[in-house]
Amino acid sequence: MKPAEKDLLICAASPTAYTLGEIELGAACCVPIPHIQLENLCVSYFGKHVLEGVSLDINKGCITALIGPSGCGKTSFLSTLNRLTDLIPGSRVQGRIRIEGVDVMDTNLDVLALWRKVGMIFQKPNPFPLSIRRNIEMPLREHGLRQRDDINERVERALHDVGLWEEVRDRLDAPALALSGGQQQRLCIARALALEPSILLMDEPCSALDPIASAFVEELIQRLRNRYTVVIVTHNLAQARRVANYAAFFWMTERVGKLIEFGRCQSLFDSPNHELTAAYVTGISG
Amino acid sequence: MLKRQAYLNDQLLTFAVWFSAALVIGVFVWILSDLTFHGIAKLNWSFLVSAPENAGRDGGIGPILVSTLLILGVALLATIPLGLGTAVYLSEYTARGGALARFIGMSLDMLAGVPSIVFGLFGNAFFCIWLGLGFSILSGGLTLACMMLPIFIRSTESGLASVAIEWRHGASALGLTRAAALWHVLLPASAPAITAGLMLSIGRALAETAALIFTSGYVDRMPDSLSDSGRALSVHIYDLSMNVTGGDESAYGAALVLIVLLVVINGVAASLSDRFLRLRITTL
Repeated sequence: MKPAEKDLLICAASPTAYTLGEIELGAACCVPIPHIQLENLCVSYFGKHVLEGVSLDINKGCITALIGPSGCGKTSFLSTLNRLTDLIPGSRVQGRIRIEGVDVMDTNLDVLALWRKVGMIFQKPNPFPLSIRRNIEMPLREHGLRQRDDINERVERALHDVGLWEEVRDRLDAPALALSGGQQQRLCIARALALEPSILLMDEPCSALDPIASAFVEELIQRLRNRYTVVIVTHNLAQARRVANYAAFFWMTERVGKLIEFGRCQSLFDSPNHELTAAYVTGISG
Repeated sequence: MLKRQAYLNDQLLTFAVWFSAALVIGVFVWILSDLTFHGIAKLNWSFLVSAPENAGRDGGIGPILVSTLLILGVALLATIPLGLGTAVYLSEYTARGGALARFIGMSLDMLAGVPSIVFGLFGNAFFCIWLGLGFSILSGGLTLACMMLPIFIRSTESGLASVAIEWRHGASALGLTRAAALWHVLLPASAPAITAGLMLSIGRALAETAALIFTSGYVDRMPDSLSDSGRALSVHIYDLSMNVTGGDESAYGAALVLIVLLVVINGVAASLSDRFLRLRITTL
């Protein structure tokens, strides 16, 4: 075993509550083990390029924030990671994406299995018009889980994980759409976690929530560190700074989104290498 | 000055809106009260269960009610599965706005506008003669199904198409198969639109006369089986008011029953869809 992996395991075994200072430094256990590797990724819709030449490694167990102005391809980038772009008419993805060494772009790949392994949380909470319990249970059943006890246990665990259990334990059979926005978003996260993915993609998960609900979800994201590889798009730079170990800065140049800078969150914010990054993070442009 | 003009315009618009609504409601209430006024005297239990006598002047509408419900049942049994299948195909399996979907959609819209007498002739030629079903409840029901399908498919399709894209993406992101997403998310979410389409088509079916005269016939005795000829309520009303002198009172009675039947069926459909939704929400 490589020393880096050993470090990771030690940290994963003892979940830590980070102080803000530690997070800013980048948690000690975030040793770079590439989980998702991208080479020269290009995304286009109906022949029009929206993202070009993105190459980077996303590290296992870390939180990576994608920042940049609207329309610079962050969401497109996120959707390519689990091939949700397949659902968007006219989309075309070129380049190479590997998750744990497996080529995601392979046409023979079992997309359903990929979707199960890579969870996704959307900007707008999207619980199904089912009960709270069924929202989590239905995907589990569809993935072949049959044992009643097993399912109940997973539902409870997922709700515990997102801190929703105490709030909804008495009304699991109530419609999920009756929950508040913040609760709905946490239910969506629970639904994704119940499938035991290894990667979670989050597309501005807090932007439709009020500040209190948003703080709650943010705290939850912090707790996902180490257990999951999290990639989060956010427009809230303070949030990116608080939660992320790594940050990637995207910018539009010549009407095409490009990755400008990628690195440790702290160094990207405090000592950016690129002047565009410096201007953006200090609020001068963008 | 300008303010006064705006105020006047506002008043005018308010009046116009109220007037149109009152006119429509007025006509509806008029028809209903006229029917009730003339028909209520006929309406009793024996009218509902006994056979017509003296060409319908006396007696009841028992066999006719049975034939009507059988024809409607056959039509629904054919319409619902075929219609759901086609609607799902159109909205989920063909490219949105693609040539094939556009062509099928246009054909359906044209079919929905075809006069019912044409359906009657088609039904007679195809079901009665070509398929050898003869004048029968089966022929009548299947002909009605042809008329109901376009309405039902169109409203189901638009219901499915209006399901939020967030739910579709959410379902995919959870790795649900297309069938699972349809069954657990898309169809329940579009249940109100499906019910509305069903009610519209049932309304059209119950009101249908021309198409049935040529297909299910107008024999007014109790049908023995689905391959027996049977007279539908609307055909009965038409016959009484056009061909039978002194049959007006019975026609009114039958018309009132038809209206009540429509209301009851719509009520049942609405509560079933409600029940279905709640069932999907709470249990497995």
